[in-house]
Amino acid sequence: MTAIVRTLDEILIAPAHPGRGATQEYFLNMGPQHPIAHGSLRVILLLDGETIRKVIPVPGYVHRGIEKMCEHLNYRQIIHLTDRMDYLSALMNNWAVARTVEKAAGIEINDRIESIRTIMAELQRIQSHALWWGVLGMDLGAFTAFLYSFRDREIIGEIFEETIGARLTMNYIQPGGVMYDITPDFTAKVKKVLAYMKRMVEEYDTLLSGNVILQERLRGVGILSEKRAVSLGCTGPVLRAAGLAYDLRKVEPYGAYEKAQFDVVVGTTGDCWDRYYVRIEEMRQSIRIIEQLIDDIPAGPTMVTKFNTKIKLPVGRYYNHVETARGVLGVFIYSDGGDKPYRLHFRSPSFNNMWAITKIAPGWRIADMIAIQSSLDLVIPDIDR
Amino acid sequence: MDLIYTMTTSAAATDVITLADRASAAVDTNIWLSILYMVLALVSIGALTAVLGIVLIYAERKIAGHFQCRLGPMRVGPHGILQTVADTLKLLLKEDVVPASADKAMHFAAPLMSLMATVLVLGVIPYSPILQVTDVNIGILYVTAVSGLGVMGILLGGWSSNNKWSLVGGMRAAAQMISYEISATLSVLVMVLFASTLSLNGIVQSQESGWWIWRAHGTGLVAFVIFIIASTAEINRTPFDIPEGESELTGGFHTEYSGLRFAFFFLSEFINMFAASAIAATLFLGGWMPFYIEGFETFNKITSLLPPTLWFLGKTAFLIFIFMWFRWTFPRLRVDQLMRLEWKILLPIGFINLIAAAVIVLTKFYFFPV
Repeated sequence: MTAIVRTLDEILIAPAHPGRGATQEYFLNMGPQHPIAHGSLRVILLLDGETIRKVIPVPGYVHRGIEKMCEHLNYRQIIHLTDRMDYLSALMNNWAVARTVEKAAGIEINDRIESIRTIMAELQRIQSHALWWGVLGMDLGAFTAFLYSFRDREIIGEIFEETIGARLTMNYIQPGGVMYDITPDFTAKVKKVLAYMKRMVEEYDTLLSGNVILQERLRGVGILSEKRAVSLGCTGPVLRAAGLAYDLRKVEPYGAYEKAQFDVVVGTTGDCWDRYYVRIEEMRQSIRIIEQLIDDIPAGPTMVTKFNTKIKLPVGRYYNHVETARGVLGVFIYSDGGDKPYRLHFRSPSFNNMWAITKIAPGWRIADMIAIQSSLDLVIPDIDR
Repeated sequence: MDLIYTMTTSAAATDVITLADRASAAVDTNIWLSILYMVLALVSIGALTAVLGIVLIYAERKIAGHFQCRLGPMRVGPHGILQTVADTLKLLLKEDVVPASADKAMHFAAPLMSLMATVLVLGVIPYSPILQVTDVNIGILYVTAVSGLGVMGILLGGWSSNNKWSLVGGMRAAAQMISYEISATLSVLVMVLFASTLSLNGIVQSQESGWWIWRAHGTGLVAFVIFIIASTAEINRTPFDIPEGESELTGGFHTEYSGLRFAFFFLSEFINMFAASAIAATLFLGGWMPFYIEGFETFNKITSLLPPTLWFLGKTAFLIFIFMWFRWTFPRLRVDQLMRLEWKILLPIGFINLIAAAVIVLTKFYFFPV
């Protein structure tokens, strides 16, 4: 019986020398330590000059065994591990686990909690997309964009800090509610930030989007067709840029998304430019969602279960998902009836989105690889977990 | 005494005395004076290189800081003015790592070659009527030839490091710099046509009644724009910094360089920027020549109150600021887009511009007196 899974050594057979006068293909290790890796993602490129012939991603350099660790933690403790997966959408990761546990345990959430969760998640979506915008600028050589985005990220971070006490690993959304109630001046502050971010999204547009060099670098580069995106399991802005209006917030509304009017932004061609502009437009839509919810946050408790009790799930398999800034984060729990999962699996958006580079990068150049990888908005700890 | 006299009456003084002239004039009468002038020339070029490195790096960091809503260096000395000194000390004390499989001799020679090519240019730039090491009669040709050597250093550095990233960077540099040199030379030729001399000081003196950028019947402006774009590419700065491409090639040709050798590459990049700005100022913006309008004697007297060196430095600093502005605003081009820009856009425009200038000069088809 032949092995279906090939080892890396078997894949990386040095290309044969084609003879005198001809050029030879060569392997180039992009990462694990490379500015484009945004962490530690190793991508092996088979190159012909500067043209990419083959892309082999090798994830696993930030693998911390989060899924295995979850098997030894109870359902409230799992939440804080999810912060460490996709650290740019920690709240949405919290939410995914919280929703799954709530669905399994049959916990009913009141409107206040749903509203707060939605507002927080959308704030984080803006923050995540703003950071992505800056990083894309930096990857393409416009370093100034990076610092502009960090300036704005801090302002949203301050809201999180005031309410939650943390800026990055927030551990806020718990099964049965949220950790802390919002502060009295939360509404006023969020409104101020929204007004500011509205101006800033316009500034992002004028600063980078209109730049002819950026458009040259992104337009028509790395086209991911709708069919291919679906077959690869791509979700989030990557899938929507390919032309499919699949957004969990719309398709199966959760939280308070039903109460808000917003559009699902869809691209036309699925090139890097579409992925770029879908995210810019999503920032505007997120601002719109928060604006509709912020004025009438319903009254009620912010935690419907008793805080220190252990949650026990009945025996069975449970799955639920949320739309994070990068796509669909699904949580699968196999419960044996105890207060810890027997097996827990994350279906993380970055992992599926990453494989798109193997299909869309070949034929393009090294510099396009940067644009493609950056436009997919990969968060490496989310890939490896 | 002679020196001070020339400084104060520079408006009238168009006779140029370079350090080389002084040395050769003194060689028969006083050999020691001659040697003194030569040593002065060497020391001043050396000092200029060092000062430029420190000032330009500080300026770049400060300008970048303010472009990016931050302050830039603030800790070492008041407003961080000693930051570059501290950085230089750090680079001097750092371990000089040479990759085990590198070609040692070439790896050693590459940064020196790169620096040498840029420093050699400094010798012929007319900083003022009396501040110039030597005014060779083929001045601008010399500048083009010598600065073309710089690509050798970068190519060697990329090749000898025995690193694929460096190699890609070096190859990109070679392709880019050689291509853009054509456009730069074409726009230089336009000015040579109008000034009818190759000597840099001659070109400056030909601009006494107005700078070539607007006196050359439109061709000057086109040539200026082409020259600025081409020299941005030649000195490897954003949006044409693909040989370095820090987010693509992790540093490009100088990936494997550290310590003093890296400092040489770094220094040569900044000196190059100064040289390119100085040449552009000399050719198009009148060099040390103050801003004169023919017929307005009082105005001309006022503008010539400022010493020529300051005029030169002001123009150069303005152009350097533009280069830095580019760097902190633009994203980076792709290799093929870069080549397309040169071969399909800049080069045809450059040729047409040169032909137009030649027709204007040959037929004396002047809209206004030159």
